[in-house]
Amino acid sequence: MRIALFITCYNDTLFPETGVAVVRVLERLGHEVVFPAGQTCCGQMHWNSGYQEEALPLLPRFVRQFRDAEAVVVPSSSCVAMMREHYPMMAKRLEQRGGHDGLAAEVARLLERVWEFSELLTKRLGVTEVGAYFPQRVTCHASCHGLRSLGLGDGPKSLLRAVRGLELVEIANEERCCGFGGTFAIKNAAVSGAMLEEKMADVLATGAAVCTATDNSCLMHIDGGLHRRRSAVRTMHLAEILASTERVGDAGVREEAVR
Amino acid sequence: MSAATELERRGERGARGGLDPRTAPAFPVAAARALGDAQLRRNLHHATEVIQAKRARVVGEMPDWQALRDAGEAIRRHTMEHLDRYLEQFEERCVRAGGVVHWARDAAEARGIVVRLVEDAAAREGQRGEDSSAANEVLKIKSMTTEEIQLNPALEAAGFRVYETDLAELIIQLGHDQPSHIVVPALHKNRQQIRELFRREMNLPELGESPEELAEAARRFLRERFLRVPIAVSGANFLIAETGGVCVVESEGNGRMCLTLPRTLITVAGIDKVVPRFRDLEVLLQTLPRSATGERMNPYNSIWTGVRAGDGPEQFHVVLLDNGRTEVLADAEARQTLHCIRCGACQNACPVYRETGGHAYGSVYAGPIGAILTPQLQHMEHAQSLPFASSLCGACYEVCPVKINIPEVLIHLRNRVVKRRTAGLRVVGDPEAWAMRTASTIFRSERRFRAAQRMGRMAERLWERKDKAGEQWVTSLPGPLGGWTATRDLRAMPKETFREWWERRGKKTAQADAGNGTEVGDE
Amino acid sequence: MSEARAVVLERIVKAKGASGSLSEVEQMWERMPRGYRVAGERDRASVLELFEDRLRDYDATVVRCTAARVAETLRSVLVAAGVRRVGVPERIDLALPEGFEFVTDEGMPAAELNEMDGVLTRCGLAIAETGTLVLQSAAGQGRRALTLVPDVHVCVVRARDVVETVPEAFARLAATATLPTTFVSGPSATADIEMTRIKGVHGPRFLHVVLVEDYG
Repeated sequence: MRIALFITCYNDTLFPETGVAVVRVLERLGHEVVFPAGQTCCGQMHWNSGYQEEALPLLPRFVRQFRDAEAVVVPSSSCVAMMREHYPMMAKRLEQRGGHDGLAAEVARLLERVWEFSELLTKRLGVTEVGAYFPQRVTCHASCHGLRSLGLGDGPKSLLRAVRGLELVEIANEERCCGFGGTFAIKNAAVSGAMLEEKMADVLATGAAVCTATDNSCLMHIDGGLHRRRSAVRTMHLAEILASTERVGDAGVREEAVR
Repeated sequence: MSAATELERRGERGARGGLDPRTAPAFPVAAARALGDAQLRRNLHHATEVIQAKRARVVGEMPDWQALRDAGEAIRRHTMEHLDRYLEQFEERCVRAGGVVHWARDAAEARGIVVRLVEDAAAREGQRGEDSSAANEVLKIKSMTTEEIQLNPALEAAGFRVYETDLAELIIQLGHDQPSHIVVPALHKNRQQIRELFRREMNLPELGESPEELAEAARRFLRERFLRVPIAVSGANFLIAETGGVCVVESEGNGRMCLTLPRTLITVAGIDKVVPRFRDLEVLLQTLPRSATGERMNPYNSIWTGVRAGDGPEQFHVVLLDNGRTEVLADAEARQTLHCIRCGACQNACPVYRETGGHAYGSVYAGPIGAILTPQLQHMEHAQSLPFASSLCGACYEVCPVKINIPEVLIHLRNRVVKRRTAGLRVVGDPEAWAMRTASTIFRSERRFRAAQRMGRMAERLWERKDKAGEQWVTSLPGPLGGWTATRDLRAMPKETFREWWERRGKKTAQADAGNGTEVGDE
Repeated sequence: MSEARAVVLERIVKAKGASGSLSEVEQMWERMPRGYRVAGERDRASVLELFEDRLRDYDATVVRCTAARVAETLRSVLVAAGVRRVGVPERIDLALPEGFEFVTDEGMPAAELNEMDGVLTRCGLAIAETGTLVLQSAAGQGRRALTLVPDVHVCVVRARDVVETVPEAFARLAATATLPTTFVSGPSATADIEMTRIKGVHGPRFLHVVLVEDYG
């Protein structure tokens, strides 16, 4: 398949290694990855923080850039949730204002082909074994959008279980929010910090060396907290673990990519 | 709790001592303060975990739980769509059965009606010529609605002694405190705190601290009043339009006492409490107890219709309260807020509430439902920080027995708050709005986006420091972004973005539809 | 007040549009989907077993007997409950055992009710799944205060009056929906002190159920 990658604004800027990993995994599975030009942001930050007007123009851009894709992969469950939950209504609103005839129908057609990375693998491609090797003790946090909006269920963990050498440990309170919440992390920093304390305690209690998830937003927050505590536990996006093979070793793709 | 903190808390609570959204501090401020109370947090963690576990167990027993939620949602939605008809029907049937129905546009009007009714009742009691010691006393069953309208201070100002009869409300009342949870209002107190309170206020210096002893002390203290006081004020869980009946759901028996022993009963109920038919309770009385306290059925439900000779009060009044509910109804995207059946499950599930408790929300309606109901009841003029008091995790939506999509309503209300704040020229002085608009402009063009990434990388370098492992991190950010680094570090920005890596790798970016000469995606 | 009524109703209509007539609205109510369980699936023996289990979960005691042995069963239950002065509703229609002082409630004041050691009533309907007794102000069940004030409640339930599910109960109650009705599921309790469920803040702390089985 020819799979178009929507990297997302924050992955592009802060977690390019996740994108690199996605490309690696999909190519290893025999697919071609393309990167549609012009892509920037899905509009989630604006939409969720009350700036709906400012989010609206980002929808037609996305549609124009990805409308011809056979499949679209997005390494961020919150961005896919944004699209599934809000793009249809946003498209209708734009149509009502004029100048976007047929946008709602296009969006409906396009969304059928948009997948978060782990669900592209498990649901669209029907695979859990992707040739990965990662000999570490790993725990997986269930990002809220992935869990509740996308219903990823056991998908991410099923992928991890198929990774050679990987020891998956369950985390207590797996479904409890880590406290990132977008602008919430800044506007309600104290509460966000308190929620982070709880999540870190649960992560550390697993004895895992690595905490993973489908969203770098959660991981950035957990990583930042663990580093502040001088913990040696690292965070890695699910894609990077799946990209890891004997060749690259247990450091995953991070070192190779960009730092 | 230190005296200083106690004073602070009283100060937060408005002139009358009630949790008042008009004067409460913004959520981030109140929450930060609450986070400093370790005892509160321990109580909250314990309480919410216990109720959540109980809920999970009894919900797990129900193979048709989702169907019940669907039916509950349908019933509530249908009710709001025809609220006028159903209120009219309720009034007609209740009056036909001997009740008296009053309407109140707002809290002040409701207070006035209730005070007048209590005064009338007291005068009648005085004329009976019996022992008049109880003539200026009023029993109360827990009712969020009566707290919302701040009824107790009004009754007290009119010369009446009000006795709260729910154990938790009694604890709150004796402690001059405020409820922090819809269903378990004294959730923020542990047994030692309660014992101290009872020892002092009930004059029981030898009182032990086991929950059984505390409950026994409350039982004796209140029983004497149940048998004597002839006037009671209650709320209602449901008003049944078809029959004109009222349903009260409770655990302790104080509701039954107040609903049947006094000669005069006054029930205050929001107009959103109405359900169409008696049969609809078969859904709600399955989902409410399981959601609220994790029980298959709560100990007592009372359903009565008007007045019945020989059984219960001789005079029964219902005060139907608007107080902003019609405004919630008017916002089609937020209307589902009114579907709430006040189970409190959202509070128990909320990871934010778990850390801050209810007082931080500055309203008797706290937690997720409070975050959407309170600002709307305030016509969006107050409590504007509440829609932002959420990480949008969706745990509330998952447990709501009537499927209120709270995250959806939160997002909608955030938009309303922003639009209010940035209407007209005010955006010029609003740094957040300016930043958001700038970000939007940047996102609308890949060229601008890449430029912003480069500039961001350059600026951020000023804040980078190498840690012991030799990695570059930012541990302190300026201005509002400092909220991040208050509790977390931030990895330095990578030297190369993904798209730069992609280009370096030599792949061409996919061609979009035939352009008109400009770079694809630019506007 | 009627001005407030007019204003509130007007606000409602303005907020969401006018409704059709009541009969149109009622038709829409009929069309609402109800995919939840209505009828139970257990056989009678299992329903009664479930009922007993649930009652015991709530710390109520349950004793079964046949119709012929009600009086003697009541005697042992009342003895075990330690009561002597027992309030009963008018027309209870039960064979009462000797050795107790049964006081018929003809509207005695609350203070007098408080002097009773316990109360004995029938019950018109019970729900097995939730361990609930449904009491209405009807023959043999008494007014609400009667089953509220005394500390001990002994309740006689006929097996044929036990349904499995809550919807089944509501179907049976439809005809008497306007009578004062109380759902009793175990003795009163509170969970307000550290979430510990404690028995009996108010209302009877001790509930004893006598389940009278039918023949065949």
